[in-house]
Amino acid sequence: MDIAFIWATFLRLIAALQVTLSVWALSVFFGAFIAAGVTWMRVGGIRPLEWFARAYIFVFRGAPLLIQLFIVYYGLSSFPAVRASIFWPFLRDAFNCATLSCALCTAAYQSEIFRGALAGVPNGQIEAARACGMSKSLLFRRIIFPIALRQALPAYSTEVISMVKATALVSLVTLWDVMSVALKIRNDTLVTYTPLLIAGAIYFVVNYMIARAFIFIEQWLSPHLRARSA
Amino acid sequence: MTWTTALGFGERGWGPALLYGAVMTLFVSIAGLAIGAALGSLVAWAKLSGVRVAGAIGEGYAALFRGLPELLVVYFVYFGSSAALTGLYHLLGGEGFLGVPGLAAGALAVGVISGSYQAEVFRGAYLAIAKGELEAARAVGMGPWLMFTRIIGPQVLRFALPGLGNLWQVALKDSSLISVTGLAELMRTSQVAAGSTHQPFTFYVAGGVLYLALTSISDRVFESAEARATRGMRREAH
Repeated sequence: MDIAFIWATFLRLIAALQVTLSVWALSVFFGAFIAAGVTWMRVGGIRPLEWFARAYIFVFRGAPLLIQLFIVYYGLSSFPAVRASIFWPFLRDAFNCATLSCALCTAAYQSEIFRGALAGVPNGQIEAARACGMSKSLLFRRIIFPIALRQALPAYSTEVISMVKATALVSLVTLWDVMSVALKIRNDTLVTYTPLLIAGAIYFVVNYMIARAFIFIEQWLSPHLRARSA
Repeated sequence: MTWTTALGFGERGWGPALLYGAVMTLFVSIAGLAIGAALGSLVAWAKLSGVRVAGAIGEGYAALFRGLPELLVVYFVYFGSSAALTGLYHLLGGEGFLGVPGLAAGALAVGVISGSYQAEVFRGAYLAIAKGELEAARAVGMGPWLMFTRIIGPQVLRFALPGLGNLWQVALKDSSLISVTGLAELMRTSQVAAGSTHQPFTFYVAGGVLYLALTSISDRVFESAEARATRGMRREAH
């Protein structure tokens, strides 16, 4: 076990971090938009849309991400109709399939977080805003959204970090992320643990940095709580 | 072969294999949750004990396994447990390679992940016990063991149930990652069936539906267990 090997492995894994972080960032970003839509359907009060949202959350939270990923990547491409359709240029690429599956899955979890945060906005605040004569959109922008955002943050950071971990699954659909490069180095060099240990350290540090960033954002967004303790 | 024959229980149908896979998934998840409960309560106890070193070790384990990808943990446990067992075997004078059965390695992997989360569930549940109850138990002269079996244990279980229910769902889904070790659980069986019939969509959807059945049925079980465990408690006035 020499330093040169460790360093070379580290450099190759850091290079692969780009794929891991791309899948992560894109799926969290698009997942948030899907989640916003699903949450709107879920609490909007229109029955058929509410059922659809419930079904969406049930399916994407109830089944493992791995099987969702395989349905999209291996399942859809087995239909000649899909291969002939306009979606094929998008779906033929493993990166797109992986990002799509991750986004659809995290949207279901994020949507539940959003719903909980909305439910946690105190009624008195909404009543007071209405009493002042705020319009619906102003009420959402000034009162509901800021309060809900703060309340959602802790659970949201957990979900975002669990998505970093979930992206390791894309190694099973031919993508060269940190996980699959670590396994490749392991297979090529027959060094059993070092590549996996270095990969683990990289994931751990990334997750730690994201967790710190969220703690920072939380403090930044709650100056009223900080002032009291200072 | 139509998809009904492929999924059926006939001679060329994969129905029995998929059901067997589902049972295997259930089995690995239950074993994983149990290992996790043992590890989790140990860590919770270490953190509550006030012994600095024990608490730090417990916290270190929990933080580590919550920060690593589940798939990486599965690989690591799978490769590592066989190496550890072979090493132990050599120490005892044996020769050659000893592999840990996929089922045991899989349950262990799901268990160490689940345990890192269960630690917080158990710690929170212990802290939720009303202090007066513990004082009352001491006042009537209960020893530590009797206090644990009559006062602490039952209440910790009751307060921990909702959290354990969530972690059970997580364990069930995490168990799908064990498919990479070749254990014929539900995910792996769906993969094999998809490959040999060239009908990936049918079998991955079928596998997904079986997972949904497992998660939703067990959700009901946990709901009724919660209702039963809290039947003696006062409801908050609404």
